[in-house]
This record gives sequence, structure tokens and C-alpha cells, in this order.
Amino acid sequence: MKNPHHNPPSDVDIEMRMLIEAVYLKYNYDFRDYTGASQKRRVLAALRAMECGTVSELQARVMHDPAAFAQLLQFLTIPVTEMFRDPDYYLAVRRLVVPFLETYPSLNVWVAGCSTGEEVYSLAILLHEEGLLERTQMYATDINPDSLDAARRGVMPLDKMRLYTENYQKAGGTRAFSGYYTAAYGGALFDRALVENVTFADHSLATDAVFAETHFISCRNVMIYFNRRLQNRVLGLFHESLCHRGFLGLGSKESIDFSSYAQRFEPLAKRERLFRKAGT
Amino acid sequence: MTSAAMPMPLRALPAGFALPVICILHLPGDRDSRLAELFDERLPVPVREATDKAEIVPGTVYFAGSGYHLSVERDRTFSISCEPPVHFARPAIDVLMESSADVYGPGLVGILLTGANHDGASGMARIRARGGFTVVQDPLDAQVATMPESAIAASNPNLILPLERIHALLPMLEMNEP
Repeated sequence: MKNPHHNPPSDVDIEMRMLIEAVYLKYNYDFRDYTGASQKRRVLAALRAMECGTVSELQARVMHDPAAFAQLLQFLTIPVTEMFRDPDYYLAVRRLVVPFLETYPSLNVWVAGCSTGEEVYSLAILLHEEGLLERTQMYATDINPDSLDAARRGVMPLDKMRLYTENYQKAGGTRAFSGYYTAAYGGALFDRALVENVTFADHSLATDAVFAETHFISCRNVMIYFNRRLQNRVLGLFHESLCHRGFLGLGSKESIDFSSYAQRFEPLAKRERLFRKAGT
Repeated sequence: MTSAAMPMPLRALPAGFALPVICILHLPGDRDSRLAELFDERLPVPVREATDKAEIVPGTVYFAGSGYHLSVERDRTFSISCEPPVHFARPAIDVLMESSADVYGPGLVGILLTGANHDGASGMARIRARGGFTVVQDPLDAQVATMPESAIAASNPNLILPLERIHALLPMLEMNEP
């Protein structure tokens, strides 16, 4: 008998699952444990941009045309970020994390899900001003090759510089922010010296393993797109990668309370979402 | 629900109200919202900010936080996202309503109050399309008519009522809970 309270998935929801499965099987990009609501909005946006009538039609195109998949990938990932976003976070990194980082002769810092690099350059500026950049190896990883290319280039829109300068100052920056970039290529080209020790690399938090021992991991507003299972996997990776008592920074409204790792990280600054690997 | 008219319908919620209520207001993105704290002191039901991955508990009033979109997932948990603003708004009403409509279908009631842009119109249309029930504040009764008017044009709501009648409607909603 049919359950009167059963609210069956709509055709679009069924098609969505088939598309995501096809993308995984064909291209080995695993979006299966991403949260459904925002993924659906982004696929529907792709549908309009790529002029497909249905998700099934989009799936057929993506299956047979890698260029169409590359286009869809720009919608499936979320490259929305800004430099020194949530200045309080960076201020707390300066005040609470840097004093510990200073005690290491060399540092590994991982920006996981670095998107188009705004956070990488922000942290590089911060580490430079704290005198740590020279002894830091930074890993900036993402699954979107176009985003990684943009991050490597380090050209930000000029019209954002006012906002970023304000953010930088609120984040405890005391120098002239404009000293870090020059107007070039129709944008603000950031000083190459900032990313001299940055390795930009393709790495999937959903399918890849830990690649280095790190002292500080910053992964902001990435896991909000993951369901609890994938969030757990990622926190497991971070726990494994971090050195004894290493540091983890998350986005301003992220929580690890629902994760099985909740007890294995202790809050260092609750509001700013800075955590420290718990001692054993 | 949106805007300055918010407090009034919520005040009608009786102690022990059994349904989850999710409220969203257009807010500036750069400050923390204190709405949940504020209303928790004044209402007879628990009021919380909707947090990422939290389970939606019946009998609780939730407020969307500032700076992020809020959605409802199929497993009846919240998710947040920093996708670009919709109708210049983040959180956007459309994002919350459309995702809620997908999850709750005919079990959802959408109420849209006064407001100055078109956010909410397609959300209300989605709620109707999935069999839910929609109520729009009478534009003549609204502080700013744009939002109710565009929702009425886009979604053919079940009811168009002045705020006072919406107020009276709320406690009756849970009687229809199967």
C-alpha cells in the first residue's frame, strides 16, 4: 500500500542522482556526498547556461563530451570567496596560532579547497608580515583545474581592492595593502614572491588521501557543501595530516559538533572557528 | 516570512506548538544576527539560529543566520551555502522556500510578508507546485507592497490576508498535521 505521508523525489531529483553518478563513473569526480539543495540549484543554473531542456539531456551531453563536463564542473564547484573574508578569523590566526607556529623551524600549511586563491594570498600576506613565509611550504589544493589556474595566476579583480583593503586592515594588517599588487592584465596582479613556496595541486577531499604532515590547515566554507559522511571523512584526513597539537581553521558558521571527530579537536577560538588537535 | 512584520505572527505561537517554523529576514551580511536570542526570551517555544547540518526539530522556531543561504536537505537537516546572493539577498527567501518545498511537499505552509524586492515569488510558486499551502500578506496591508505583489503575480497563493488574520491562522496550522 502506498504511504500517504511519503513525499517521493521529483523527476528532477531522480535525474540529479543519475547525473552525479554518471559524473563519478565517467570522470571520477565524486559529488555523491555533496548536500543536495545547493547542488540542485547549481545544476539547474548549468542547465540554463548550457541550454539543456532537462537534467537527463545535460547528462547525455556530459557523458559524451568532456568539454561539456569541464563546463559543468564550473557549476558543480563553488568559486565564491574573497580576500581576508571574515577579518576576525585572520586576526585570531595572527594572535592565537602564529605564536605557536613561530616555534617550528619549518612549517607546512594546507589551504584545502583553495578555489581561486583568495585565501592563499591572504594567508601568505599574513605569514609574510609575521616573518614566517620564508620557512613555510604551503599546499593549496582544489578539484577544479580552472580555479587552480586562476589561483596560480594571482590576478584579482581591481574593483574588489577596496573591499579587500578594508578586510586586510580589519584583519590586523598595518602596511599598505596596495604594496602587495600591481595593476596588470586588467586586474590586480599579486606579488609572485607571496606564492614562491606554494604548491598548487589537484586534490579531492572526497577521494584522495593525506599527502603531507601539516601544522595548520585552513578549510573555510568547503565542508558546508558536504554531507555528514563526507564531512567526517575530511575531518579524518585533517586529523591524520595535522602534527601533534596542530591547528585547524573553518568558516564562520561551520560546526564539527555533528561529527564523530568533535572530541578530537578542541576549540581555540570558538567564534572564529579555530581548533586545535586534541592531545592524546 | 520576512521583514518588520515578523514579530507579530510569531507572537501568536502557543506554548507546545508542534511544528518547526523557519523564519528568514533580509539582513546585512557582515554582522551576526541576534534574532534567535532576542525571540528565545520572548516566545513560549524554543528559538534557535539554523545551523549547518543541524536536525530540524519539531516545535522549534529557527532563524536563518546572516551572510549565508539556508536550505533544507532531504534528511531534514539544514545546510548553508555561500553561493552568490539571489535578488541581492543572502540569505534569500527563494533558496529556503524552494529547498523546503522539495523536502516537505504538501506538508509545507509558506507565508510571505512585506518586503521591497521580488525575492520569495519563485519560492512561493515552488511551494504551490509541490502541493503546499501559501499565504501572502495583503499588499494593501503591507509596509512595502513589492514582495507580496510579485508573489501574488507569480504563484496564485491560497490566501491573501492582512497581517492580523495571518496572526490568527498560525495556531490553527498544526491541527492539519496528519
